[in-house]
Amino acid sequence: MNTITLRHNRIELALHELRPAIGDGRPLLLLHGLGEKTPTTVPIDAESWSGAIWGLDFTGHGESTLPVGGGYSAEVLLGDVDAAINHLGTVTLIGRGLGGYIALLAAGARADAVHGAIITDGPGLTGGTYESSVPQVVRLMNQGETPDPYALHELSRDVRAADYALDFVQFSTANSELSEPINVSATYRPAWLEAVAAAPGVASLPISDALDLYR
Amino acid sequence: MTPHRHYRVDADGVGIAVNEWGNENDPVLALVHGGADFSRTFDVFAPLLAAAGWRVVAWDHRGHGDSDHAHLYSFEADLRDAVRVLDTVAPQRPIAVVGHSKGGAIMTSLAEAQPFRFRSFVNLDGIPYRRPGPDLPEYQRADAMNTEITAWLEHRRRTATGSRKPGTIEELARRRAQMNPRLSKEWLEYLVTVGAREDADGWRWKLDPSMRMGGFGPWRPEFGLFRLAGLGVPFLGVLVGADEPMGWGTKPHQVEKWMPRHGRLEFFEDIGHFIHIEQPEMVAEMALDFLGDPS
Repeated sequence: MNTITLRHNRIELALHELRPAIGDGRPLLLLHGLGEKTPTTVPIDAESWSGAIWGLDFTGHGESTLPVGGGYSAEVLLGDVDAAINHLGTVTLIGRGLGGYIALLAAGARADAVHGAIITDGPGLTGGTYESSVPQVVRLMNQGETPDPYALHELSRDVRAADYALDFVQFSTANSELSEPINVSATYRPAWLEAVAAAPGVASLPISDALDLYR
Repeated sequence: MTPHRHYRVDADGVGIAVNEWGNENDPVLALVHGGADFSRTFDVFAPLLAAAGWRVVAWDHRGHGDSDHAHLYSFEADLRDAVRVLDTVAPQRPIAVVGHSKGGAIMTSLAEAQPFRFRSFVNLDGIPYRRPGPDLPEYQRADAMNTEITAWLEHRRRTATGSRKPGTIEELARRRAQMNPRLSKEWLEYLVTVGAREDADGWRWKLDPSMRMGGFGPWRPEFGLFRLAGLGVPFLGVLVGADEPMGWGTKPHQVEKWMPRHGRLEFFEDIGHFIHIEQPEMVAEMALDFLGDPS
């Protein structure tokens, strides 16, 4: 597997090419779920994609840097995806769980460079509650390897507010060339995702149909 | 005044620089700085508290002052770092706390998460009520947020290789005057000598260049307000009237109903966000009076 190292501030990110293009079309970028890493083979759902297929290991995951002392946010992972977009150019995004939420943020923040974002089930889809809960002050020890326990702790509790998620839907639909630049394929829909799925400009197709839509 | 003691605390691998004023055997008073600041900004204020019998402990937040530049930054990480320092100086013991700006907000969060650490709490203009910046209609708010996100991402693309711009002491002081328009030229030039380092090509602020004012996220400043009502320690909140770029602009009528029971709120119409630097003697006297006898 061809792996490229990208730099995001002090983090080195591993961007893996799972498969070169077998035809025309832009790259498909896989975003893994919380505690996961990029798979070593092309997921069955994505096999029909004719462009190249890439996967990004988020900060603290897979072969990317294991940070010291935690401090994660979904917005930092958005910066990870931005580094990948800066390298690959326009992509279609498909994300599992937490990766699906980050795909939504990227679709809004870089609407001109994200040609469709598909949100699927996976670890870390729920996130924390909207109303800020009692702050957690815990000390975690990493074993010198990813995934970082601080990533698991902090990114399973980051606030996922429906109004915040809808801002990104709005940015995406306002600036994308697609009429439905977001697709929710997830079966399980926490409150923020329920709100996203009901918004104008958001489709709810199965994964294979969504990939056809963004091809 | 130069701190009496300076040392580092290891916070899960991030080195946190701690400065102390006063007798080591006196009761601990944690003095917590705000965003983009550092503990040596207390060089005048802290000795006034120490002189009254407090062991004043101030630390530089990660990425600030002499503390390590970290891989990542978050409010929760700042909270953890604070606890690492408090565990060193006063493990499980209640202490007096004075927090300014974001330092006040961090300690308000800690007072909810770990109330047993607090004996009394003075919050200096660290009660957020709304997002900083102008109030905008909805469509402009969304545009402004989108612009902010793009600017943040562009900043992140540059920080991989970026460093702070060097300059003379006067130049760095002039730049900081944009954040601190009410503070004297002499004070800002002094801050350069303790908050910046001198390289061959000039002075550079020690603050991590990846840090940036503003920002975006799902967090609402009001969340901090909701915690106030439940605080169970003696609480003095201080708000100011003079508008400044670094201030939240919170006014008493916005937060009065959220004050903890028997909490006290003081308002100073003609003073700015850095009230403890503008009027150190007055603020020290007020805080000391509220905190009571250290022993």
